[in-house]
Amino acid sequence: MNTDELVKQLCEINAPAGFENLAAEKIKSFFEPLCDKAFVDRFFNVIGYKKGTSENPGKILITAHYDQIGLIVSGFEKGGFLRISNLGGVDTKTVLAREVIIHGREEVYGVIGAKPPHLLKESEVSKNAEITDLFIDTGYPDDVLKQKVAVGDPVSVIAPANELKNWCFAGKSLDNRAGVAALVLILYELQNIKHPNDIYVIATVQEETNLLGAIISSYSLEPDLAVVIDVCHGDMPEGDKAQCFPLNKGVPVAVGPAFQREYTDALFETAKKERIPTQRCIEPGNPGTEAWAIQVSRTGIPAVEVGIPLRYMHSTAELVSLQDIENAAVLVARYVSGDIVRTYDEFI
Amino acid sequence: MHMVRRLAELTKIDGISGNEKDVREFIIQNLEGKSLKFYTDNIGNLIVKGRSDGSSKLRVMAAAHMDEVGLMVNYITDDGKLKFSAVGGIDNRILPGQHVRVGRDKIPGVIGCKPIHLQDKSERGSAVNIKNLYIDIAAKDRENALELVNTGDYAAFASEPVFFGENRIKAKALDDRAGCAVLMELLEEVWPFEFYACFTVQEEVGLRGALVAANRLKPDIGIVLEGTTCTDVPNVKEHEVSTVMGKGPSLSFADRTSLADRGLLEHFAKTAEKEGIPYQWKTTVSGGNDAGRIQTSGTGVRTLVVSVPCRYIHSPVSVLDLDDLKNMHKLVSRALHTLPGALGR
Repeated sequence: MNTDELVKQLCEINAPAGFENLAAEKIKSFFEPLCDKAFVDRFFNVIGYKKGTSENPGKILITAHYDQIGLIVSGFEKGGFLRISNLGGVDTKTVLAREVIIHGREEVYGVIGAKPPHLLKESEVSKNAEITDLFIDTGYPDDVLKQKVAVGDPVSVIAPANELKNWCFAGKSLDNRAGVAALVLILYELQNIKHPNDIYVIATVQEETNLLGAIISSYSLEPDLAVVIDVCHGDMPEGDKAQCFPLNKGVPVAVGPAFQREYTDALFETAKKERIPTQRCIEPGNPGTEAWAIQVSRTGIPAVEVGIPLRYMHSTAELVSLQDIENAAVLVARYVSGDIVRTYDEFI
Repeated sequence: MHMVRRLAELTKIDGISGNEKDVREFIIQNLEGKSLKFYTDNIGNLIVKGRSDGSSKLRVMAAAHMDEVGLMVNYITDDGKLKFSAVGGIDNRILPGQHVRVGRDKIPGVIGCKPIHLQDKSERGSAVNIKNLYIDIAAKDRENALELVNTGDYAAFASEPVFFGENRIKAKALDDRAGCAVLMELLEEVWPFEFYACFTVQEEVGLRGALVAANRLKPDIGIVLEGTTCTDVPNVKEHEVSTVMGKGPSLSFADRTSLADRGLLEHFAKTAEKEGIPYQWKTTVSGGNDAGRIQTSGTGVRTLVVSVPCRYIHSPVSVLDLDDLKNMHKLVSRALHTLPGALGR
């Protein structure tokens, strides 16, 4: 499968945070043919295991979350309308006049509306709509709708998924299906590389709400090293250059207290050796990614992070470069196949 | 082709004001072989002469506009982003994060927006300003962008028709491809009078096509087939509700551009009641349409506006009720057939 087709299929999957059960088996189907074993844990983390060649292998985790921000049904309004609340960091500016799927007893299609512009008061015109100002129009009579949908049902905002020029791709949920695509590409790479250590690729759950998937999977698998793959901000006219990274200009590697120095240095070394261009992504504190949670799991787990620049994060028009995804995958595949895991003396 | 299927096909076509060619060609192709006469005038209006049995001397012009609202590229930045302005009335609030297609080659792009993570508190709370928006086609720089698009290129919303709920369709451009679909259906019939179907251009930027079409045709009667606002949604006060979805086509007694001819209004309402066709009054007088220009053309034309209610009009997710559409066709068809008798001509 080409990378564009892989990314398209992944970003068309709907898995609102906390409702990954809707998509776990589908994600597993991407890992299964490329692993020794693929399984879904009870919180719907999807794990692909690839056995290492060493007699006494270390354990390396590679994570990318597969949940997406979304909406949740919070009430009914007369006329086939639903009230909504947000699931994760939703910018209301980017959901008005969008299409949605409500994951109720059955999937119900709808569109998001608000009070029409010509009826807004002067004071309302300059304000951003609140989530409580928005509603979903399902087109069903109230009694029919109540049989299909209940308060608390999750909602996915859907959008076209298109390849653009210069190896770019735009769609919804590329945060972080771009990372999940990298996991699949890493497994492809590992078909042809010998690796001493056991490798677990994990598509994790509930990153957008509280990093749950990373917390529980790093605790239960107790790895020697974790590599986190997540999107970072791409370059945008209104973006701060220190926080936003140009597309097609190298793999952002995170640098900061969340990321173990010696392992990060080794990652840069691998990139240099493999002639893969990198960028330095400076995170002076909590990077807001899974590395932050994994680092303090158990007795401490060294973590490194590889980014994929993405423009317009959390909108229905997230934009990434397919080349950046491929480069991130090749870099991580080479990195984790090396003899990099250090052992520490037992203390207590 | 069935009227509903035709409507769905019509909404897939991009035809922003001044660029209606593809819509016009679709209509001609679909109506060919039905012994109709086609004429495209200087401004791009498609005028189709319908079949008539010649029993009445009345000349009736029925109009629906082919154009839709959209965007136009007006500047390309050094880093290859496309600045744009709106063509027709667009609610700026809906723009960030929309998918669009730009220019003749339909280059895919998206409307950029600063991520919520990078917005400060005041930015989070304030509405978007169209001046700060741009289309990103993933061009490397200005030069690269110019290989793909140019200033003056149109950008249309990438929104495919979807049938959903009970009897609803979501699509872009329902205003006024819905009118176009009804008008095409009317051309299937044989009329007692001279019948001209006018598929007009540039309604959304000032009702420009209808004016010259009416000047050419000098009709006795002008019937405008429209998609109109439907504000029967949460947060709207009852007196602000213009039309209600599912209650049938709406008859306007007045809007910003014209007052309806009372005789026509009465005849259409009576026909609906006699035939048991649901209809409603458009109860607000905001908005305008081609009737404003047709009425004041030549020595004056008796006009009436019949509309199908469209929620979220002018957005990529406008919605209409398919029964409203079918009833609009039924009402206009029945009322026109009995019009010569009602007017004594």
